[in-house]
Amino acid sequence: MTHQMFDDVVRSDSSLRRFLHGLPGVDQVGCEARAAGLGTRSIKTTAKAFAIDLAIRMVDLTTLEGQDTHGKVRALASKAMRPDPADPTCPATAAVCVYPDMVATARQTLGDSGVHVAAVATAFPSGRAAMDIKLADTRDAVEAGADEIDMVIDRGAFLSGRYLEVFEEIAQVREACGDAHLKVIFETGELQTYDNVRRASWLAMMAGGHFIKTSTGKVQPAATLPVTLIMLEAVRDFREQTGQMVGVKPAGGIKTTKDAIKYLVMVNEICGEDWLDPDWFRFGASTLLNDLLMQRTKMTTGRYSGPDYFTLD
Amino acid sequence: MSNVFEYAPAPESRAIVDIKPSYGLFIDGEFVDGGGTAFKTVNPATEEVLAEVAEASDADVDAAVRAARRAYTRVWSRMSGAERAKYLYRIARIIQERGRELAVLESIDNGKPIKESRDVDVPIVAAHFFYYAGWADKLKYSGYGDTPLGVAGQVIPWNFPLLMLAWKIAPALACGNTVVLKPAETTPLTALLFAEICQQADLPPGVVNIVTGAGDTGRAIVSHPDVDKVAFTGSTEVGKAIARAVAGTDKKVTLELGGKAANIVFDDAPLDQAVEGIVNGIFFNQGHVCCAGSRLLVQESVADEVMTRLKRRMATLRVGDPLDKNTDVGAINSAEQLAKIRELSEIGEAEGAERWSAPCELPSNGYWFAPTVFTGVSQAHRIAREEIFGPVLSVLTFRTPSEAVEKANNTPFGLSAGVWTDKGSRILSMANRLRAGVVWANTFNKFDPTSPFGGYKESGYGREGGRHGLEAYLKTDENGGTA
Repeated sequence: MTHQMFDDVVRSDSSLRRFLHGLPGVDQVGCEARAAGLGTRSIKTTAKAFAIDLAIRMVDLTTLEGQDTHGKVRALASKAMRPDPADPTCPATAAVCVYPDMVATARQTLGDSGVHVAAVATAFPSGRAAMDIKLADTRDAVEAGADEIDMVIDRGAFLSGRYLEVFEEIAQVREACGDAHLKVIFETGELQTYDNVRRASWLAMMAGGHFIKTSTGKVQPAATLPVTLIMLEAVRDFREQTGQMVGVKPAGGIKTTKDAIKYLVMVNEICGEDWLDPDWFRFGASTLLNDLLMQRTKMTTGRYSGPDYFTLD
Repeated sequence: MSNVFEYAPAPESRAIVDIKPSYGLFIDGEFVDGGGTAFKTVNPATEEVLAEVAEASDADVDAAVRAARRAYTRVWSRMSGAERAKYLYRIARIIQERGRELAVLESIDNGKPIKESRDVDVPIVAAHFFYYAGWADKLKYSGYGDTPLGVAGQVIPWNFPLLMLAWKIAPALACGNTVVLKPAETTPLTALLFAEICQQADLPPGVVNIVTGAGDTGRAIVSHPDVDKVAFTGSTEVGKAIARAVAGTDKKVTLELGGKAANIVFDDAPLDQAVEGIVNGIFFNQGHVCCAGSRLLVQESVADEVMTRLKRRMATLRVGDPLDKNTDVGAINSAEQLAKIRELSEIGEAEGAERWSAPCELPSNGYWFAPTVFTGVSQAHRIAREEIFGPVLSVLTFRTPSEAVEKANNTPFGLSAGVWTDKGSRILSMANRLRAGVVWANTFNKFDPTSPFGGYKESGYGREGGRHGLEAYLKTDENGGTA
């Protein structure tokens, strides 16, 4: 599963450390300025309509609450399939994202609609559990019908420099995923520095993650433009080196169409058109979808309607 | 970049600006006809004629200087610093209020992208007036005393028309001087709009006079016997002529001239940000920047990687309509400048350097030059020595920090330099050894009114901006010398 090109790198903790610390550093001011600069792009008319539909197709419609019920998940899954009941041309979202015990319900509602079921696993959101429990959590979600697993890394291990431990954990979860796709959540709000985000990105890509994901949504700050910029640069450089594409998923805090378009501009200008596809870029979000729908209706009808005209879930 | 996600045109509306068919000179608070032959200013992006502008004759310049002298003796030099500050604050606020108008007009007349005139030029212009307004009643504590010089003759270039005006006028007025300013002949419109702003702010007549014209008008200002201070920003060639013209007179002079700045990238640099800095260093304002990072010095061990990243990044630059909010690189300011850039680029090729231009479609009308990089350049090449003043980067390599310093300093210029490294100690040691007025570390082309700016060697003398910028407009010899 792990990339052979990096066999020497992951031979020992110290070789892995040398590699990760040998990656070019990130200048915080410059990185934030670049992200802000891309945020000033003005996306209008046809480009905006394209971006809105693409963004809808990239949404992992999410509910990750202690209060989640089967009814809530069924409602969410229905919305994912038909986000705008009034307009059949509106595309479906990429997936719904739920806790493992809700996977079966989501699967049943979604059927063969093409909308995927993503499950957070590995003792989400803290990741503080024994390894066999994390693996069991993963297998349980896959057996219940999850197409995608969103795992969290052990931030404690990462921050204390036990990179090989994090690497092996990801590799083992990937193994446990079977055919399901693996998204690796860094919780960038806890990793704090851009250098750490870049190192975590390479670690996860080398360990075989299909996607790298910013946050659980439970820690602030969640997804930000500069953090996502670093991750996009990482997947771009990783493909350059290995020929292999990895997806990126910012999650948490993206609430408006305007925000979503800024992310898409960044994907476009950093990684190029290959990544402008739900297979390679996702938004982990819940409230974002309704704003996208409102803007979409505004584009098609010329009128801006209120939140009461869009469903709650 | 992709063809899938094609950005629709997003032009800023021109409706906000009201360009008159013809403009006079602004002398003694009024617009008056000029005695010379009127000339046309064109939109460099379309070659459309925007307006006819009066040319100031020697007699007009004399009238302007006399108006400035009157305003100086009767009003401005007698006014308290606190009162002068009120006018400057008022001007700063009007600039902010009319910011969009100024930005659009600047982009139309100069060719620079609206995102730069809107997000860089105009905000810094306002900031400059706010900053020097704050000094007006505190000159006693500046270290340079508080005695103004009198009438300042100021000649500014076309690359940052309004910003260079602010750099000249704000400190001059704050210190109690009056001014006669000549904008460049290809970009007079924002200076003339600024004249309207002076009227709107009720600035006493004669404190600011704007005379338009070309070299002859500039010469008349510089050599006028009643001008006490000459401030010039522009080419080294003209700067030298000015220095000769004022030699032997008691005029005080500051010159801000050309540059051929080294942007030095070490192997431990934050590479993605360094690439942004290289791009910003040379393609910002189409490379029409005296402190542009036009010589990239990159450490050999990362040269290939930096070049790969740089070319990939250059391919995403959006060249075109300056008024489109998504344009990164606008039009070359004039046919004359375009010819100069083309000539030097051809010389670069003839000398054996390898030329690469970003693949981009250039509009058929107007003056355009694709972002270009030359590799395999040596110190002996003309493109490594002469200021091109366009979107053309020369790339050289080095092996050690000492070699980087030697190559960086091996130029008649010394305006700015950039250093890219993750190592703080190296930044400090490089800054000590580079002979350049500004050394940027892990950034480039950052301007702030609080920071002094100016050159070594043929890049000129004197400083603009910050507390140091006051020295050029105060009589330091009568107040116990410089601080």
